[in-house]
Amino acid sequence: MTDVTPYVVLSAILFSIGCVGVLTRRNAIVVFMCVELMLNACNLALVAFAKQHGNLDGQIAAFFVMVVAAAEVVVGLAIIMTIFRTRRSASVDDASLLKY
Amino acid sequence: MTAFWILAPVMVIAALGILVVRKAVHAALLLAVVMISLAVLYAVLEAPFLFAVQIIVYTGAILMLFLFVMMIVGVDASDSVVETIRGQRAMAVVLGVGLAVVLIAGVGQLTLGTVVGLDAANEGGNIEALANILFSRYVFVFETTSALLITAAVGAMVLAHRERTGPRPTQASLAAQRVRGYAERGEHLGPLPAPGVYARHNAVDTPALLPDGTPAESSVSRTLAARGTIRNAPDLADDIEDVQRSLGGLPGGSGTPADTSAGSGHNTENPSTGTGGPGTDEEAHR
Amino acid sequence: MYSLSEAAHQVPVIEPSAADGTFSLLWLVIGLPLLGAVVLLLGGRATDRWGHWLGTLMSLASFAVSLLLFVELLGRDEGDRSITQHLYDWIAVGDLQVGMDLLYDPLSALFLLLITGVGSLIHVYSIGYMEHDPRRRRFFAYLNLFVAAMLMLVLAENYLGLFLGWEGVGLASYLLIGFWQHKHSAAAAAKKAFVINRVGDIGMALAIALLFTTFGTTSFTAISQVSGAAEEDTLTAVGLLLLLAACGKSAQVPLQAWLLDAMEGPTPVSALIHAATMVTAGVYLVVRSNFIFELAPTAQTVVVIVATVTLLWGAVIGCAKDDIKKALAGSTMSQIGYMMLGAGLGVAGYAFAIFHLITHGFFKANMFLGAGSVMHGMNDDVDMRRYGALRHAMPITFLTFAMGYLAIIGFPGFSGFWSKDKIIETALAENWVVGVLALLGAGITGFYMTRLMLMTFFTTKRWKDDVHPHESPGVMTVPLVVLAALSVLGGVLLLGDWIVDWLAPVVGEAPHHEPPLPIIVITLLTVAVVAVGVAAAWFLVGKREVPLTPPQDVSFATRAARADLYGDGINDLLVGRPGTATVRGLVTGDRTLVDGVFTGGSSGIKAVGDLLRRLQNGFVRSYALSVLGGVLLVVLALLAVNLA
Repeated sequence: MTDVTPYVVLSAILFSIGCVGVLTRRNAIVVFMCVELMLNACNLALVAFAKQHGNLDGQIAAFFVMVVAAAEVVVGLAIIMTIFRTRRSASVDDASLLKY
Repeated sequence: MTAFWILAPVMVIAALGILVVRKAVHAALLLAVVMISLAVLYAVLEAPFLFAVQIIVYTGAILMLFLFVMMIVGVDASDSVVETIRGQRAMAVVLGVGLAVVLIAGVGQLTLGTVVGLDAANEGGNIEALANILFSRYVFVFETTSALLITAAVGAMVLAHRERTGPRPTQASLAAQRVRGYAERGEHLGPLPAPGVYARHNAVDTPALLPDGTPAESSVSRTLAARGTIRNAPDLADDIEDVQRSLGGLPGGSGTPADTSAGSGHNTENPSTGTGGPGTDEEAHR
Repeated sequence: MYSLSEAAHQVPVIEPSAADGTFSLLWLVIGLPLLGAVVLLLGGRATDRWGHWLGTLMSLASFAVSLLLFVELLGRDEGDRSITQHLYDWIAVGDLQVGMDLLYDPLSALFLLLITGVGSLIHVYSIGYMEHDPRRRRFFAYLNLFVAAMLMLVLAENYLGLFLGWEGVGLASYLLIGFWQHKHSAAAAAKKAFVINRVGDIGMALAIALLFTTFGTTSFTAISQVSGAAEEDTLTAVGLLLLLAACGKSAQVPLQAWLLDAMEGPTPVSALIHAATMVTAGVYLVVRSNFIFELAPTAQTVVVIVATVTLLWGAVIGCAKDDIKKALAGSTMSQIGYMMLGAGLGVAGYAFAIFHLITHGFFKANMFLGAGSVMHGMNDDVDMRRYGALRHAMPITFLTFAMGYLAIIGFPGFSGFWSKDKIIETALAENWVVGVLALLGAGITGFYMTRLMLMTFFTTKRWKDDVHPHESPGVMTVPLVVLAALSVLGGVLLLGDWIVDWLAPVVGEAPHHEPPLPIIVITLLTVAVVAVGVAAAWFLVGKREVPLTPPQDVSFATRAARADLYGDGINDLLVGRPGTATVRGLVTGDRTLVDGVFTGGSSGIKAVGDLLRRLQNGFVRSYALSVLGGVLLVVLALLAVNLA
């Protein structure tokens, strides 16, 4: 069996891409998708390390991450909906009243 | 590893696609590609339970939720290309690439050693093994997640709920309101005009034309108007001569633009175009 | 800290016994007038009608207790005449243990009688003098407060208690000088007295601190037992600081300038505070601290110098003043100089200093009250140039004043003759230069007092026609008569050297010094010098016409004396102007430099803040970018640490 380094590297790349996405996209829904992408990248690393160490704890952690992600998406999307209803916009830049 | 080397480029390209596509729906589809690929990788990494959960929960539930919200918010609320914060995009790319490089360099420094593999751990089945750990060592965390999920569900309901502040309007009150609106502000009393009265374009995105040839704004859905996907009535009328010529009904080139616009007034009353079938419609519409 | 065995006992040690029997009433001496002050001050207008009676009654009751205690003390053995009464623990902080202790010994006993006796007479006198003043009740409250504070000063068993009384009389003096606060001059004089007294009080505070660090206590008893073991330099420093305090309170050069201005207060105040009692606190302090001054000859020498300068200074000022109260004030300054001289001469002079203090208390109070009586009859005019030939208009005042006059110039047989003569005699025995100067001072005293007497009661009538001089009411003349009697008879205290023996347990036995001349020669010499002064006054003032306005074509000496020997000018030049300039400079520095630094600093910080707040642009993505930057830094740091 070869080692899991390529998986971890892929995880790092996906995580970075997710970061850039969060920073550059302005549609709140797409930003959210990028956050999900980052979470998934972490999951990949967890699962890969689980295999590396022959230990199922990594898989359990990934499982919990999924649960948390599900909860987060539900609430986050509800917030986006509420904001959209009041402001007719889903752009994260429009919600910029809290400033100097 | 074959599966990895096939899927990894796909996933990276799809992820990069998320960064550049303008429509949110496309981003969602690309994300689905990444997630399904991830599911396959999970299977390769001896995590069959996560493979299933990834497909069911992420691709099935979460992404569907995204799509639902997009449907409500507006499928095509696309980003403008212009970056509003100065230097944000460049800095984001620089830092993102920097992070990737640093992480990869860090991973490269590691010597992970031989892969132990999950054969021993998965003996007796991956799901059973996971269940053993989940309900013994992680049982407290597991129970806590139930609280988390309930909180999330309640939170979503609270956020999405809109409190009714007045009494529910009845049919009578609505009717009275319409008549009052007509009396005070001259609002249209009757039903709104139906869209798509062209013989060839009776879709909901095509406005009806008023007797003077101008489109009736109120005949199409406001949502479509907001998305900017409404067809322009005069544009649609431009090709009417070609259509007529192709049908051989009228002498070629005799129609002036004024005629055209006038003639296109109410095409429902024009028998020659009224006979046009759906096939002609499609043909005319490129 | 010094142990008892180490102390070299060159000075009398105070070894008091605890108060019992009659002596347990000691606290009442202070408590009664204090109660009067509290009732009158807190009672407000409700006490207006009977306030002056209460004040007088409290003072008289205090006098009665003092008299009782004095009689009791007379009955005791000579070595057993020191009594302490512990009232309560006052201050207990670490090593500093100060009790509210009272010490009643022969010295305190004499002061008690003087303060409460003269004080009571002045209370009585004030009932008449302040009759038309709407704030009479307040005046009596302040008088009672003063008496209580002065009694605290002389009864305290430690320097801190003395300091309490010291500050108390300072406060009362301030309140009473400025009693007619609607007069700008009175308010300014009160402030001046207060400020100059503060200078002296700094000396007092430092002396107490030095005593505490040296001996670990401030108690007279304890220090008198161990002072012999301390270094002479330390004792000299303490002595000089105490002298500074005494100079402030007793108006000695160089802190003398306030006394003349203090005459702005009501005349009974001048009599009580600025002649008879408070200004003698400095003399009391020096005599009480004999266990320090005896061991610090340098400090004693400085006391003598200061005293000699002051007695001449005050006498010269007294010669040129036309204001009757200021002339008397100059005389007071001069007479206190004599007392300080006596106190500075050491064991030989302490008793005579106290003796002169007491006789002076009698005759000077007498004369001040007499002056008040004259002013009372002359519509509060104080200019002697507008008096003249008043002996017919106010005979009682004239006669009583004459008794005081004869006493102060040292007419043979009167009280002042005995007391001043003894000081001059001792001074001549110790140092003939000082003695001669003291003799000269006696001559000048004869001159200016005769001038005052002549201008007021003799010569020709110079007052205007609308002034109707009249004798004062009985409530004012009775105290005058009593004080006149005391002025005449005060000398009996010296009969058989009684006062010297009486004070010996406190100040020590004087070794007998043979004066350079036989005593009778000195006495005759003194009388002769005084006679010369009197004669000079007779020829210069009595035989001539007194002009209504002071002549301007006078010698430099006269001009200087009229200007208080330029005391104010010297103060202004040495302290006032440099002080004002320094303060101006400091204010300018504060406004420009300090404020500049502060405002500059704050505006600089504001500018930085204005720049930094641009980072708060409200864009979530911008904040997330910062987070990513931070993450990158942390990861880099981790890698750097792990790879290093």
